[in-house]
Amino acid sequence: MSTPVTQIDEVKTTPWAGGHSPFSVEYGKMMMWFFLLSDAFTFSSLLISYGALRFSATSWPAADLVFQSVPGLVDSGQPLVFVGIMTFILILSSVTMVLAVEAGHRNAKKEVAWWMVATIIGGFTFLGCQALEWTHLHHEGFWWGSIPEAEELKHLFKGGEEASFHVSAQQFANLFFTITGFHGFHVFSGVIINIVILINTLVGTYQKRGSYLMIEKVGLYWHFVDLVWVFVFTFFYLV
Amino acid sequence: MSSEHTETHAHGEEHSSMTKGKIIRVFLILLGITVVEFIIALYLVPKGVIDIKWANPLYIILTLFKAFYIVAYFMHLKFEKVGLVYSIIVPILFIIGLILVLTNESHYWIDLREAVPGL
Repeated sequence: MSTPVTQIDEVKTTPWAGGHSPFSVEYGKMMMWFFLLSDAFTFSSLLISYGALRFSATSWPAADLVFQSVPGLVDSGQPLVFVGIMTFILILSSVTMVLAVEAGHRNAKKEVAWWMVATIIGGFTFLGCQALEWTHLHHEGFWWGSIPEAEELKHLFKGGEEASFHVSAQQFANLFFTITGFHGFHVFSGVIINIVILINTLVGTYQKRGSYLMIEKVGLYWHFVDLVWVFVFTFFYLV
Repeated sequence: MSSEHTETHAHGEEHSSMTKGKIIRVFLILLGITVVEFIIALYLVPKGVIDIKWANPLYIILTLFKAFYIVAYFMHLKFEKVGLVYSIIVPILFIIGLILVLTNESHYWIDLREAVPGL
C-alpha cells in the first residue's frame, strides 16, 4: 500500500518548479533572442526619432516622387517598383533560411548547404540593390549633410511651404542614409555570418556535433534583419 | 496559471519544427500582404479610393501583421515556452512608451515652429 502523499509534498513538474531551464532553449539561442531584443530597441529609437521629426515638420519629401527610378532600367516614373523588388528578395532569402533550418532538423548536410548558399546570394543581391539605390540618390544630390538644388527640390514635394523644404529635405536625407545604412550594415554582417556558417556546414562541424542548432541561431538574426526591413520599408517608402 | 498554459501549449501545438508546406504558406501570406500594400500605395491612394489619412494606419496594421508572421513562424517564437515568449514580448511594450512620448513632443515642436518663424 502506498503512503498517501499530501498535496504539498507532491513533486512539481511545472516549468518553474526547478531542476531544469523553464525556457528549455539552449543558452546561445536564448542570448541571441536577448541580443535581438536590444537591437530592436536601437532600431525603434532610430525609427521613432524619424517619426517625431517628420510629425513636427510642416512639409516632407513625398516617397513616390523621391523613389521613382529602377537603376539601370528607367530613370523616373516607376514609383516604389525597385524597393518592391528589394523587399521581395529579402523575404525570399528569409524563406530559404527557414528551409535551411528545416533541413538542419533532419541533419541533411547537403540541403542545409544549398539553402545557405541561396540565402547568401539573396543577401548579396539585396546589398547590391541598396548600393544602386544609394548611388542614385547620391547623384540626385542627397547625402549626409547635402540636398539637391532648390529648383529640383521643389519637384520632390507635394504641397507645403517652400521655405521649409530645405530643412525637411535635409532631415529626410540624414535619416534615410543613417537608418538604411544601419540596416544595410546588419545585412552585411548577416551575410558574413552566413558565409562562416556555410563553411562550417561544408567542413562538417555540425555533422560532428550532431546538431544544426547554430543554423537556427544565425537564422534568428537573419529573420530579424528581414523584420527590420519590413518596418523601414513601411515608414520610408509607404507612409 | 502560467504553468497550465505551458502544458496545453506544449501538447496542443505542433511542438516540432515548421514543415515545408507551412513555410511556403507563411511566405505567401507575407508576399500577399506586401502586394496589398503596393496596391494601396500605387492605385487606391492616387485614385482617391482611400484617403491618405486612412492609408497610413492601414500600412502600419499590415506591417504589424507581417511582423507577427515573421516573429511567430520564421523565428519560431510561437512554439517556444511561454516564459521565453513573455520575456521577449513584454520589454517590447517599452517602445510604445517612447512612441507616445515622442509623438506628443513633436506636437510641441510644431507649435514652436509656428511661433518662431524660420526655426
